[in-house]
Amino acid sequence: MSSPGAPLRDESPSLSGLFGSVSDVVAVVGAEGVLMSRIFSRTLSGSVDRAELMRSLYRMGLRSVPIVAVTALFVGGIMVIQAAPIVERYGAHGLLGWGAGFGTLREIAPLLTALMISGRVGANNTAELGTMTVTEQVDALRAMAIDPIGYLVTPRFYGIVITLFLSTILADVLALLGASLAGRVLLGVEPIVFYNGLTSGLLGIGDVVHGLVKSAVFGVAIALSSCHYGLATEGGAPGVGRAVNSAVVVSAAGIFVIDYLLSFAIS
Amino acid sequence: MTEGAATAAEPGLGVTLSELYRLFKLTVRCCLEGGLERGSVLRQMYEIGNRSLVFLCIVMGFMGMILVYQAGLQTQRVVPDLSLLGATFLELLVRDLAASICALMLATRVGAGIAAEIGSMVVTEQVDALHMCGADPIKHLVCPRFLASLGMFVMLVVVAACVAVATGAWTASAFFGINPRTFWNLSLLSASDVIVGVTKCLAYGAAIPVISAHAGLTAFGGSEGVGSATTRAVVGSSLAVIVLNFIISGTGYLIFGP
Repeated sequence: MSSPGAPLRDESPSLSGLFGSVSDVVAVVGAEGVLMSRIFSRTLSGSVDRAELMRSLYRMGLRSVPIVAVTALFVGGIMVIQAAPIVERYGAHGLLGWGAGFGTLREIAPLLTALMISGRVGANNTAELGTMTVTEQVDALRAMAIDPIGYLVTPRFYGIVITLFLSTILADVLALLGASLAGRVLLGVEPIVFYNGLTSGLLGIGDVVHGLVKSAVFGVAIALSSCHYGLATEGGAPGVGRAVNSAVVVSAAGIFVIDYLLSFAIS
Repeated sequence: MTEGAATAAEPGLGVTLSELYRLFKLTVRCCLEGGLERGSVLRQMYEIGNRSLVFLCIVMGFMGMILVYQAGLQTQRVVPDLSLLGATFLELLVRDLAASICALMLATRVGAGIAAEIGSMVVTEQVDALHMCGADPIKHLVCPRFLASLGMFVMLVVVAACVAVATGAWTASAFFGINPRTFWNLSLLSASDVIVGVTKCLAYGAAIPVISAHAGLTAFGGSEGVGSATTRAVVGSSLAVIVLNFIISGTGYLIFGP
């Protein structure tokens, strides 16, 4: 039986597979770079479809609010449960807000929101573009002299980037709310103590900005790999499955690598 | 367009949960009955385990570096003494992060793979063909993936955690001057941490294939259907990981105390 789930050759553990993977990575990064330069040239020349952009924002942004909210509330709770032993050990209840706050604002909220948006919006977008590609709707657009990059890809690119940025702000707020609730229930830390720990000067606006800058870059990475794999789809229904699989895997790996590089670059 | 179809097809949460429970029950019953094709389980173990290894090691390697770097920076703001950084990192890794981050990664890598594979079999009517031959799709498609994922998950997490510890120790010595011997401090690690960590691995390993297989089996309508099944698998598995993490962490905290 063929295995349509196999996404990338780069995951075979052999040595030749590893070298194959290096050239694969270079190829994907290069293709995404070309796509980005095309998207920017369409943006500068103003040939972006406004109605399509609004539609993308509605479907990607507004419809993702519930899943982002649920994720953020639970993640806030998890942060407090994980910080609880440390807080109990030192009896430092006043520092709970600081501990949960810096972890959430700087790392966890941008990271997990990016992973959820990559799963919900990025995968959906790849599936949509992939379906259009294999059913030759993209070719039909070209035949009608409508530029697929300006009409299809650029609005989706900005849709994903803006969605992720706004979702991260929402996730920051809700995760801290979830954390203060979990702190009240599990550790008996009053929300007011929690917020004092959060605002006592150890955390600044810099930590929030740090997380938001990351989320903007994650958004670009997700949008590029999602659009790239969608347009590069071939081979019918199994091809769409493979494209979605590759897009989410490349987005996830990209998010972690970028997170590492950015943590140094903007600290 | 796809979005509309996906929402129209989405049943309520309660219906989905009861269907998932039914699929889980059927899968476990099939696995216990035995008589599975042995090669199929091994093939899935290779597909899920070996082929995810490089991806997981890369992600967890970077995760280890990021965590130690950020935690070290923040701790320096409060206390100058970083000698417990390694011990706290190891404790967090064993109890939560190794299992949960790996699970989120496998939810995308393995979950999307399973849903795409089974989904394209469903829309190309290969699953109906199995039915016609009197073969049970759950036994032939879902059980091998379920067993393989359950078996490989713990091993993948152990390997990936080792990578994270190695990169974490390197970061600690390169940026904060902590000796790797000081970093490798198991004093905060207790049996309860290991129990909670392994429970998480098993729970995620069972949940991801069932949710993804359900998404794949309920796919319909050509390539659009496969795409939306894959999306549902990734979102459903990731949400399940986060909710299960909350439940297991909370229960562990209540049972074992801080």
